[in-house]
Amino acid sequence: MRTETIDALTAYARGAPDVMLLTADLGYSVLERFAEALPKQYVNVGVCEQAMVGIAAGLALTGHRVVLYSIVNFPTLRCLEQLRNDVCYHDLPVMVIAVGGGLAYGPQGYTHHGVEDLGIMAMLPNMAVACPADPLEAEALLPQLLDRRRPAYLRLARSGEPVLHPAGTKVTLERAITLRSGTDIALLATGPILGRALAAAQTLAARGISASVLSFPGFRPLDQQAVLDAARGHRAILTLEEHMVTGGFGSRVAEVLLAAGLAPRFGKYGVTDALRGQIGSQAWLLDRLGPVEDHAMALL
Amino acid sequence: MTLAERGLNMTDTRALARRLRGHALRMTHLSRASHIGSCLSMADIMAVLYGAVLRLNPARPAWPDRDRVIISKGHAAAIVYATLAECGFLPIGELDQYSADGGRLSGHVTMTVPGVELSTGSLGHGLPVACGMALAAQRASAVWRSFCVLSDGELDEGSNWEAIQFAQRARLDTLFAIVDYNKIQSFGTVAAVSDLHPLADKFRAFNWGVTEIDGHDHPALLTALSSGPIIPGRPTAIVAHTVKGKGVSFMENQLLWHYRNPDAAQLATALAELEAGA
Ligand SMILES: [Mg+2]
Repeated sequence: MRTETIDALTAYARGAPDVMLLTADLGYSVLERFAEALPKQYVNVGVCEQAMVGIAAGLALTGHRVVLYSIVNFPTLRCLEQLRNDVCYHDLPVMVIAVGGGLAYGPQGYTHHGVEDLGIMAMLPNMAVACPADPLEAEALLPQLLDRRRPAYLRLARSGEPVLHPAGTKVTLERAITLRSGTDIALLATGPILGRALAAAQTLAARGISASVLSFPGFRPLDQQAVLDAARGHRAILTLEEHMVTGGFGSRVAEVLLAAGLAPRFGKYGVTDALRGQIGSQAWLLDRLGPVEDHAMALL
Repeated sequence: MTLAERGLNMTDTRALARRLRGHALRMTHLSRASHIGSCLSMADIMAVLYGAVLRLNPARPAWPDRDRVIISKGHAAAIVYATLAECGFLPIGELDQYSADGGRLSGHVTMTVPGVELSTGSLGHGLPVACGMALAAQRASAVWRSFCVLSDGELDEGSNWEAIQFAQRARLDTLFAIVDYNKIQSFGTVAAVSDLHPLADKFRAFNWGVTEIDGHDHPALLTALSSGPIIPGRPTAIVAHTVKGKGVSFMENQLLWHYRNPDAAQLATALAELEAGA
């Protein structure tokens, strides 16, 4: 989904000379298409994420919209305070595009596992947080986030993610998308782990269990109405995220439910401490969590 | 327009510096706030910069062609608000509300105050942002300049050196970093805590143009701040040698006044000294 996103960014920036792309020397073989098309709107600042965010804030204070690109933890955790103070407190049009979200770079080791980013970014003032599930969501979210002219975080996986939505699906930051409607359990997913939710729904159907599957492109704002409707329409809710289950998507969903006085049977499928230090492909690491359908069955 | 164009001259920047010191002393006394020493060391820099160099329009703080100033040593907020009040960005009377409940003049510089370009207070944030502004000016071939005032202690922060490296590579020749080199930081002397010496050579090694001046010498400040880049196509560092607590004898070079605020008697003594030095 990173190539589709950079293509969408290039197309957008062609008609918006105020949009600049900064990288901290990452994105080889991905960013060249932007740099060659729009060389005056592209700067490789070198390996310095803290300065990169500050430079972005300075550009944004001077009439630019700035997009930052790097691997998940580097443009978020490394420069968290620059994002908090310089970008978010000042409510500036700076968007961070992170690649390698979740366990996409699983074999690369713990430094490259991005499993706290969503929760932390969503705590920052004025920050929108988007977690697309497939290239179609990513392409659709990019211009929406740029149009918003405020701080934004766009979390991507890497390349080769399958398209999960039918062509023509309307994608917005604010609304969850229902891919499958059922009656027993609702599988609420954010990000490419949506694919596992869809596969689990098939397996559950074969066992006589009717599951809904919803995708949440927006981590913040979260579509609260979709959460409440899911709770009212099903006996159980299972959230799915490629992120620590503490302080992530499941926690946000639980907050919405509690505040509304709803208490469906509830489970969270996502990264736990058990995965820390393990290396392996994204699929292999997620398999360590056990089959999604088993987590679902345990709630029914 | 500069304040000079509004009728001030160099004698006036000295008078302005005295007023700034007086405001900062009263503000820290009233609020019982820290950092008066940090304010006094940069009073002359602020007086010359705002009084005679910067192109600003207090009636139009967002004027696109204004010079940009980022005060990266955001703990020196009292002298910053005092300067902006003297320039007409906010009422002088509001200075009494420094660090007050429900006021807008927080103890570290905040952008909610007219004339402030960037909220600071966590060290090492200002220079990268000033780089971004200078990059924007370069892209637009604009004539306005970007100034960043840093403390010596904050040069411990690695983010500054990221920015120093970037600024020379990007040829940001409208960027001016002013170091308030007062030789004292939070726990003691800069020499003891971080051993910054030789500071000017560090900037030179990063391909910056560098000038070293007495940061209390107004003609020297005026020359350094109103000249173009020392090396064409490169950013400029002005290493301003200063005295922490400058202008009040019992505060000068005293670490204690990084923290302590003057009581009523000390305030009266300090103001009398400023008056006598006029
Ligand atoms: Mg100092």
